[in-house]
Amino acid sequence: MKYICLGYYDEKRWEMLSESERNAWMDECFAYDDVLRKNGHFAGGEALQGAQNATTLRWNNGKVSITDGPFAETREQLGGILILEADDLNHAIQLMSKHPGVRNGPFEIRPAADLTEMVRASEQRRSARK
Amino acid sequence: MNNNATGPTSEMVEALYRAESRRVLATLIRLLGDFELAEEALHDAFRAALEQWPRDGMPANPRAWLVSAGRFKAIDGIRRRARFEAIDENAAQAIAAPDDPATWGNEDIEDDRLRLMFTCCHPALPPDAQVALTLREVCGLTTEEIARAFLTAPATLAQRIVRAKTRIRDARIPYEVPSPDALPDRLESVLRVIYLVFNEGYSASSGATLTRPDISGEAIRLGRLLIELLPEPEAMGLLALMLLQESRRAARASPTGDLILLDEQDRSLWNREQIAEGLALAERALASRRFGPYTLQAAIAAVHANAPEAAATDWSRIVWLYDLLVQVVPSSVVELNRAVAVAMRDGPEAGLALIDALLARGDLADYHLAHSARADLCRRLGRNTEARASYQRALALVQQEPERRFLERRLTGLKN
Repeated sequence: MKYICLGYYDEKRWEMLSESERNAWMDECFAYDDVLRKNGHFAGGEALQGAQNATTLRWNNGKVSITDGPFAETREQLGGILILEADDLNHAIQLMSKHPGVRNGPFEIRPAADLTEMVRASEQRRSARK
Repeated sequence: MNNNATGPTSEMVEALYRAESRRVLATLIRLLGDFELAEEALHDAFRAALEQWPRDGMPANPRAWLVSAGRFKAIDGIRRRARFEAIDENAAQAIAAPDDPATWGNEDIEDDRLRLMFTCCHPALPPDAQVALTLREVCGLTTEEIARAFLTAPATLAQRIVRAKTRIRDARIPYEVPSPDALPDRLESVLRVIYLVFNEGYSASSGATLTRPDISGEAIRLGRLLIELLPEPEAMGLLALMLLQESRRAARASPTGDLILLDEQDRSLWNREQIAEGLALAERALASRRFGPYTLQAAIAAVHANAPEAAATDWSRIVWLYDLLVQVVPSSVVELNRAVAVAMRDGPEAGLALIDALLARGDLADYHLAHSARADLCRRLGRNTEARASYQRALALVQQEPERRFLERRLTGLKN
């Protein structure tokens, strides 16, 4: 089963770290990502650029409005996502508890939703309309 | 099956239901992989037993019969639905795996009960849902009984339980006893749930009565079940703590339901059997040297239990135990209790200084017991104006009726 892990981090705390501290932490994170890859648990993932480069789209009065900045103004920002292949929730918790990223901000673990049925139903509706 | 003997009466089957239904359910959840399906199967199995046993006689191993019957009923159900919903046969095949329940040892079934406990108390479930689910699935209370115990609307409670079960299925929370490296953390959440249940019964957080003995009784039953399945020191410590607290129930309230404090209780009303069992468990937990906060609290309760009269209480030992407890669980409430113990050992002045420092820090400002403890020390020092102000502050914050009456009596006592 796939679990999407949203990794948050505190931008202010990150800025206070020295370069060597940042490097040491990044090295640990990447090394653990490699462990996950090697064991077949890393099903994908991307780091995100800073929240200052975020754009938010919203549906507003019948059209899309574009605003600068992240959707939620919180102290902790979404720093990256990791798609994890795990047997069940306990396995996912066990794998992500060892990820060094958790020491710099929380991980939110969300089971991937299986939309196969919804996609199939939607395809039927759309082809019926043709 | 025994065909010639006279079968059991329906009362006997019902008694068996009370004794066995949670065990059978725990195993059916593992076999069927789904709480709802297992509950349906459990009821189908007992319905079949009520029909067949009085007629054909009681099977040699009723528990295994029930598990087996429940499983076949569930497979039938899945096959019937599959015809309409085009679900493949795999689901039915998977749970029809050929192992004969009659050959299982008791250990497998006991493991299932432990799996059920850990799953109901999984930290990925909201705390109130953990409590509700444990009382429903492990203790077998009805939704209405749980709702009454927690003064919640039955519909709200039913929804909480349904959501928790959906979450177990959709997030795929496994039905297992945690691995040894995860066990300490996971055990903590099981213990917390049991203690929450106990406290709701021991000191109802609101409402007309001081205690709800039935709910405390369930918590003690859960505690016994847990140490029977997993004799960890903190689990023993928690059971010891609950038994020692519970032993004072009859002495804690007057016939009119008013609160009686520890130093004024009639100690001959304390339940000696519960005290003896609690003391023995607390000793075993302490001897393990792997104990935690529950064992320390049990050790404190044990000092009180060992004192033949209030004046003979070993307050130095209590202060020492609180010192340890503050280190294990740094909390303002623990520090408040420590301050009260210091007042008993060194005099009210010393305790008051500690409580004032705690209140100045701000985190206990809305806690009625902090103000009533302060009021009590001021009263003993003859500072009646200060005592009055603190009793009034406590009265403004208190939620429970007998506690409110107690504070009012103290306040009236000051004026005379």
